This record gives sequence, structure tokens and C-alpha cells, in this order.
Amino acid sequence: MSSLHKSPWLLHYDGSSCNGCDIEVLACTTPVYDVERFGVINTGNPMHADIFLITGGINSQNEQVVKQIYEQMPKPKVVIAVGTCACTGGIFKECYNIKGGADTVIPVDIYVPGCAARPESIIDGVVKGVALFEEKAKAFSLEKKSKKG
Amino acid sequence: MEKMVAALICLPFLWAIIPAVIHKSKVRRATVYVGGALVTVLSICTCVMWYRNGGEAIVFDLPYVEVFDKLILVGDFLLMGLVIYQCIKHKKTVISLLSIVQTLLVAWMELFGPEVTENYRLRFDWLTLIMVLIIGIIGVAIGIYAMGYMHGYHIHHHKELKDRRSFFMAMIFVFYGAMFGLVFSASLVWMYFFWEITSITSFLLIGYTRTQEAIDNSFKALWMNLLGGLGIAVAISYLIQVYGTTDLYDAIDIAVANPTYAALVPIALLAFAALTKSAQFPFSGWLLGAMVAPTPSSALLHSATMVKAGVYLLIRLALAMNGNYVGQMVYLVGGFTFLSASCLAIAQSDGKKVLAYSTISNLGLIVACAGAGYQETIWAAVFLVIFHAVSKSMLFQCVGAIENTTGSRDVEDMQGLANRYPKLAFILMVGIAGMFLAPFGMLISKWAALKAFVDAPSTLMVLFICFGSATTMFYWTKWFAKILGVSDKRDRDLTKPNEYVSMFFHAFLLIALCVGFPYLSRHIIEPLMMDMYGFSSPVISEGNIIIMVVMICAVFIVPMINYLITRHTVDKEVLAYMGGVNSGDNKNFNDAVGNPKELQVSNWYLEDYLGEKKLFTPSVIIGAFIIVVHLCVIIGGAL
Amino acid sequence: MNTVTLRIIFAVAYVVFAPVIGGLLDGLDRKISARMQGRKGPSILQPFYDMKKLLEKQFMSANKIQLLMIFTYLFFVILTGVLFFAGFDMLMCLFSLSTSEMFLVLASTSTHSPFSTQGTHRELMQMMAIEPMLLLTAVGFYLVNGTFMVSDIVACSTPTIAMAPGFFLGFAFILTVKFRKSPFDLSTAHHAHQEVVKGVTTEMVGIEYAATMLTEWYEMVFLLGITGLFFLTPNPLSVVVGIVAILVVFFIEILIDNSSARVKWQLMLRMVWGVTIVCGGLNLFILELINR
Repeated sequence: MSSLHKSPWLLHYDGSSCNGCDIEVLACTTPVYDVERFGVINTGNPMHADIFLITGGINSQNEQVVKQIYEQMPKPKVVIAVGTCACTGGIFKECYNIKGGADTVIPVDIYVPGCAARPESIIDGVVKGVALFEEKAKAFSLEKKSKKG
Repeated sequence: MEKMVAALICLPFLWAIIPAVIHKSKVRRATVYVGGALVTVLSICTCVMWYRNGGEAIVFDLPYVEVFDKLILVGDFLLMGLVIYQCIKHKKTVISLLSIVQTLLVAWMELFGPEVTENYRLRFDWLTLIMVLIIGIIGVAIGIYAMGYMHGYHIHHHKELKDRRSFFMAMIFVFYGAMFGLVFSASLVWMYFFWEITSITSFLLIGYTRTQEAIDNSFKALWMNLLGGLGIAVAISYLIQVYGTTDLYDAIDIAVANPTYAALVPIALLAFAALTKSAQFPFSGWLLGAMVAPTPSSALLHSATMVKAGVYLLIRLALAMNGNYVGQMVYLVGGFTFLSASCLAIAQSDGKKVLAYSTISNLGLIVACAGAGYQETIWAAVFLVIFHAVSKSMLFQCVGAIENTTGSRDVEDMQGLANRYPKLAFILMVGIAGMFLAPFGMLISKWAALKAFVDAPSTLMVLFICFGSATTMFYWTKWFAKILGVSDKRDRDLTKPNEYVSMFFHAFLLIALCVGFPYLSRHIIEPLMMDMYGFSSPVISEGNIIIMVVMICAVFIVPMINYLITRHTVDKEVLAYMGGVNSGDNKNFNDAVGNPKELQVSNWYLEDYLGEKKLFTPSVIIGAFIIVVHLCVIIGGAL
Repeated sequence: MNTVTLRIIFAVAYVVFAPVIGGLLDGLDRKISARMQGRKGPSILQPFYDMKKLLEKQFMSANKIQLLMIFTYLFFVILTGVLFFAGFDMLMCLFSLSTSEMFLVLASTSTHSPFSTQGTHRELMQMMAIEPMLLLTAVGFYLVNGTFMVSDIVACSTPTIAMAPGFFLGFAFILTVKFRKSPFDLSTAHHAHQEVVKGVTTEMVGIEYAATMLTEWYEMVFLLGITGLFFLTPNPLSVVVGIVAILVVFFIEILIDNSSARVKWQLMLRMVWGVTIVCGGLNLFILELINR
């Protein structure tokens, strides 16, 4: 039984959002929603993070940045796109510099819709992401074994 | 015995002529090797012989001692002539006054003063043994290093300078002779003569490059050291006038038996001279200025041996300084210097300057230990002298070699030295570890010093040591961390084999000293304590010795085991985190328009808080204040 | 039971139980902090879950040397604690502690990461700030009990605190720095409000970070052990007093953590050294006057 589901640490990355979703993500850590009671910590450091939480769409400036941060996270890891912009590009989708949602550069596991996404749904997304860990951890340990063998 | 010592003192002086007249590089190198080997062998033989004779302190005279007396008198005048000539040549006539006054004073006292009780001129005891070994082994190793270093210095780096290597090597041999003479002398007149020679060789070597800066700094060193010489000269005349003796040990005995102000005056003057020699505040300026000299002379004169002459004299005087104003003056100056010089070292990024300040700082600790004059502190002081001589001369040599190889001695440029020049980095790391890391020499001494000052009791000194060790740790750790950083691939190492011989010899010696320190303590330091105090209580307990041995092993073995464990664990090399804009090699990042820009990480230097501009002058003032007040009290009390 | 066996038992107990106690205290800390902020907070076992998870994660590193250095750091902290709980010389413990710190510094600068380097220099600054008070604490024990040996200090019939309240205050003050609590959490913070990412620990991945956490627990237990030592006498009741004192000190640290904002290093240095001189220095001076 993996412990991953008991201490999912977040990395919150703001793409080109209007900051609405960012406020809501931070709202999750306030006493009202207290996401820490599930062991969630907002680390701000990809090296420590398990869940990559992206708000806002991807533009040509932050494309490389998102890729690099994703690479720097150790496996197993889960990506959650929070808000319409991160899911599809949202209202900015047709802009000249926007590539679209987070899934245009990295594989996204969970989509949390909403403009802005409500804290409840963000927490719900995190919980769903945590459930995914079990699978990912298994895949990862298989991968490790095959490497050794 | 007498003959051996006579040979030991005279041989280097005579041998100095050989490199001075030979200008062919290869032949000169051979003669230096032979001379160096002779000096080492002689010094070791002398020590072994004395040890096998039972290790009793002995006093004796050289054969033909009257001739030597005359020679020394003539030598004093020759040195005075040399100083006057140099001063006039460089238009610093005022400084020559110092030399004229002291030389005439001593000569007049000797020739026309009251009758002096005849005493043996020389003495050989445990402290002499230690100093002789330091000079004969470490000093000579530096001489060998100097051959390779000076070659690179002139041929590769400073083509604009006149090649005066003959002069350089000659001076180094003169210096060996002077140091041997100094540590054997029991007669203050003799000691004064050798003391002056070391001052003047130092002056000549600082001015070696003959640039304006070098000349200015050399004169700074000259006047400060001559001021100390003046202190000895006055002490000699006072002793002749009042007590009719010129013997150092008589002076100490008088002061110990009857510590009146009158008896303390010569002790205070000698201590004052020692403070100038070991570059304590307010006289630290000359040692910093001395860093313009080529590195071997910094290693030899300004860290390993010559500055040790000052603390050597203080350790001698320790008995007479215990618990009186002279001792208070010395340990306050020492403790204060320990703290302030280590603060100043934080703000330096020039490797040699860091070493200079740390030398001053460590000497401060030794001076403080000597000034307190307790058995534990002397134990600590002697240990510090040994460890400091080895590790500091190694560090100086290493920084010199790094400068010759990379063209810079700035600590910031040593980023990732461990990758680029593993051998040099190894030496540097052993040296730095020897200076401050837990199980090595410094720690033992700090431990003993702290305990002694708590017992003393002296609140101020305890605070000085606690704060001083904090600041010491800061500047060494940041340097150490720099060496292990990320860097380019390996470069070509220009260091000469003879430089490596000396450096690896030092590294080996340091590790051997650490491992063998219980042995060293039992067979050399404890007899020394018996000699000085008549008793010797173990300063460090059995339990602590075990702990230290465990720690020594741990420092070497644990990283090694961990290396073996972790060798294969890395699943994936990852880029360092730079907010997602790492441009791919951990050394560059993408700037706002997407172009890679070099990332520079630099150490903290706290220039605004601990810089020379901020701290140096106040330190000089405080140091001068302590000395002046105490000298006034002592001399005033004697009147 | 003879003293040697007792010493060995204590040392082994430290190695085995310190992580448990450290982890529980850490969990308690998070729980109390959450309650102070009006939150429910995580389970008290949360630090253990975190640790287990970190061990399960993929290991990657920017520089291989880092893991080696962190293990050495861990080793020296354990050595420190073993020396202390086995009743050896206290100064030796502190010297070993500062050696361990150096390996932490080496670990985090080895990656050439800007955040990690920044954090490291702050860590160095913190080390420099607390070192004098740490040494003075040992001096305080020596002055009161006449020995640096922990085993002999325990055997003295009057508790050290009676003669050394200043040293105790000073020591409690530097615990804030050592536990990385606000206002002195400059090098790295346990909370989310970091301005240099995670400071010293930024580049530590998976097992590296787990080892660092473990080391912090060992260190915490060692430091709280010193806190308790101020109260210990041969009287068994003093153990209870010591534990109460430790809990009170720990609670106050949490309170300070939750009610203050991070300061700049200049202010930290000034405050810590000021307290060192006033509390430690004054107490030292008075004790020396008494002893004279």
C-alpha cells in the first residue's frame, strides 16, 4: 500500500490565467477549506511535488517552462488542469500567442472545469488525482523493476 | 651536540651564497635540493640526538663563542647599514632612525654598560625541538616548492619582472639560519640579532617584485618589525642596567620569583616585540601587505615560521605572564585579534587575503593562550603552533599553485575546483579541514583554550572565543562549498612535480599529526609541560581522545562508504531548479527574451558590514589602546 | 546495572526512538499550528506518511555528490546525539553538530542552483548566529557543574537551571533558529510561504529530502535533550520536570512561529547575538564572580 495518497504535495503553476483560479487554489489552503487536513502541502518546488496544478492556458513564453518543470518532478506524478483556460485555453483560446490548454505540452490526468473553478471542485480534483496515484505508483515500480532486470 | 647546533645555524647562512652566485637554473636547483636536504637531515639528527640523550633541557655555548659574539656585534651594524641604505634609496629616511637607535643602544650597552654575568648563549629544550622540526621540515619543504613555483612565476606569469630567483633562494636560506639561531638563543643579544635578520629578510622578500606597491608594503613591514626590535633593544638595556644580565631565562626567573612592576617591564617589552612579529592588532597591517610577495615567501615567512617567532617568544614568557598585567595585555590583544581578524576574513574574496586574515586570527588565539599562561592553554598553544604551521603553509602553497594554473587566486574563481583540478582541490580541502573541521587540530586547541579561559576566569575571553569560532566557521565553510560546486570539465594542471611533492608531503604530515596526536601529546608536549610547570595534568581525557579518533575516521570513512552506497542510485540526472528557465546545463538560464544568460552564484562577503573600510581602523585603534594602557600601567608602576 | 550498559542503552534508545519522537513532535507541531490558525490540520502521523512517500518516489539529482553529503550530514547528527545521550563531553557534541551542518551546506551548494545557494548562505548565516550561544551553553553547564561530561552533569544534585537561567533563555532563543521557526526561518521554512522556494532543501529529491527530514528529527531530539538537561538531577521526579519544560519550550516555539513574520538576516544576527551577549554573557559574568 503506497503512502502517496496520504501526502500529496502540490506545485501550483500559473500559466496565462486571469488569476481567478489562482485565488481559488490558494483559498483551498485557508482555514475555510483547509486542504492540509488531507496532508496536502503547497510546496512551490517541483523537486518535492507530486501533483502539478496548472491554472491558465499555455502560451509560447511559458511552454518551455511548463515542460521543464514537469520534467523536474520525480515520478510518480499527476497533472491537474484547473479552470477552463488550463483545460482548453478558454476565453483566450483564439489569441495569437495561446497554444491552448495544458494538455498541448504535457500529459494532463485530471481536468477541473469552471471559470473560476470553485475550491470544492479543485479539492475534488486533487482527491481524484490522489486516487490515480495508486495506478501510477504501480506502473512506476514495474518500470523500476524492468530497468533493474 | 654543540657542533651539530653550530652546523645547523651556520650551514644555511653559508649555503645561501651558493644559489646567490649560481645563475644557471638547473645547477641552482640541484644546489637548493642538496642544501635543503642537508638542513632537514641536520635538524632531524640534532633533535633525535638530543631526544636520545634523555630530553633534558641543556644550556651550552657554540665553539669559538667569543668570535660569534664579535660577529653578531658586527652583524648588527651591517644590518643597520643595510636598512639605512635601503631607506635612503627609497626616501623613507625616518624609518632608518628606528634601526640606528636600537643598534646603537644595544652596542653601547654591550661595550660600555655595566658588567654582565656570563651565561651560556644557547639553550635546547622541548619547545626548541618543536620549532627546529617545524623549520627544518616544513620550512625546507616550502623551499622545494619555491623552486617549482618561482619557475612558473617568472616564465609563465610575470615576464615583465626581473628574474631574481638567485636572490630569492639565497634569502630563504639566510632565513632558515636566522630562525634556527633565534629558537636556540638564550642570550637576548643573540636573539635580537637573529630577530633583526628575520625582519630584514622579510622586508627584502616583500619588496621582491620592486613594484611601487611591493616597496610601500615592505617598508610598512620594516618599520613595524623594527619597532618590535626596538622593544627588545630597550628590554636588553634595561636588563643590563637593572639586573646585569642578558639572559632571557634569567629575566623570566626574576619576574616569576618576584613579580614586581620593575621585573615585569622587560617582560612587557619583549611581549610587545612578540606582538609586532606575530602581526596582532594594531600591527596586522604588515602581514596583509606582505601578501604582495611571491607565495612561497608568504607560506614560509608569513604563516609557517617567521610569525611563529613571535608566539614562540610569548610561549617562553608564559610563566612570567601568568596572572599579571603583561599577561592581561597579551591575552586581550590576542583574543580581540582572533575575533576581529576572523570577521575581516569574511569580507575577503582574494584567497591569499583570506589566508592572511585567518593567519592573524589563529595567531591571535595562540597569543591569547600564551598570554593566559596556564598549563592547559600552553598545551593548546603548542598544538596550535604545530597544526597551524602545517596546514597554513599547505594552504598558501595550494593557493599559489592554483594561481599559477588558473591565473586567479580569487575564491569566486575556484568554483568547482574539485572537478577541474582534483589534486589541487584535494590539498585545499585537507588544508581547510585542518583549519576548522571538527576532529582536526584546531578543534582540540579551541576546546582546551575555552576550558582554560572558563577556569581562568575571563568572561571577555570566553566571549571572544565563542564568537570568533562562529565567524571562523563562516568563512572556511563558504570557501569549502565553492570548491565542490558544479564546473566545466577537467583542465590542464600546470603545477610542477616539485610543488606537488611539497604539498602532498604536507597533506600526509597533517593527517599523520591528526592520527598521531595522542602520541605527540604524550611524548613531546607533556615533557614540555613538565619542563615548564613541573607537572603535567592530562588536558584532554581518554574518553575525548576516543571520540576524536571516531570522528577522524568518520570524516574520512563515512563519505567514502556513502560514495559506494550512492554510486549507482541516481535514476536520472535532473536539471537544477531555476524557475523553469534553466537553459539546459545548470550554468545558464533563459532571460526575458529567451537567450541563454550565464548564471553566477557568488558567496556572501558582507562587505558593508565587515569590510576592511568598516572594521580595520577601529580594530587597530582598539588593539593600540589595549597595548598603550597596559604598557602605561606597567611602566608607570615601575617608576 | 552498571553505567556502561546504561550508557549503551541510552545511546541505542536514541538511535531507535529519536525519529519516532521527532516525527511525532513534528506532527504535533503541525496539528497545534493548524488549531492556532483555526484549521483542523493533518493527522498527527502525517510526517511519517510524508517520509514514507518521499522514500517511494523516483530518485533524481542534479549532482551525485549531494546524496553522499546528506548521508554524511545524517551520520554526524546521529553521532552528536549518541555522544550526548551516552553521556560524553558536551563540547564534543557541539563540535560534531557544527561539522554535520557543514555537510548540509556542502550538499546544497553542490548543485549550483540559485535558490539552493541563496538558502545555503542564509543557513550559514544562521549557523554563525547561533554558534556562540551553543558554545556558551556548554560553558554554562561547565561553570555550574564543573564538568563538560553529560553523565556527570546529570549526577549533580542541584538542577543547572537554578544557576544558569540566562544560559537557558539564550539557548531557548536559538532553538527558534535551529527549528527553522518564524521569524528566523530564513534558510528554509516548513510552511508554504517561502521566498527562496525551499531554500537549502530546494534541490533535494525523494530520498534526499527524506534523509534531511530524518536528520532534522534527530537534531530536534538532541536539542530538546539539552533543554531537558537543564532540569535533570539524580531525583527521578526531575525527569518529569524536564519533560514538562521541554513541552512548554516546544509550545512557545510554535506560538512564536505562528505569531511572527520572517525577519531579514541583519536583524536576526543582531537579535541572536544581542540575546547571546545579554543572557549568556551576563550569566557567565555573574557565575564567574560567584566562583571567584
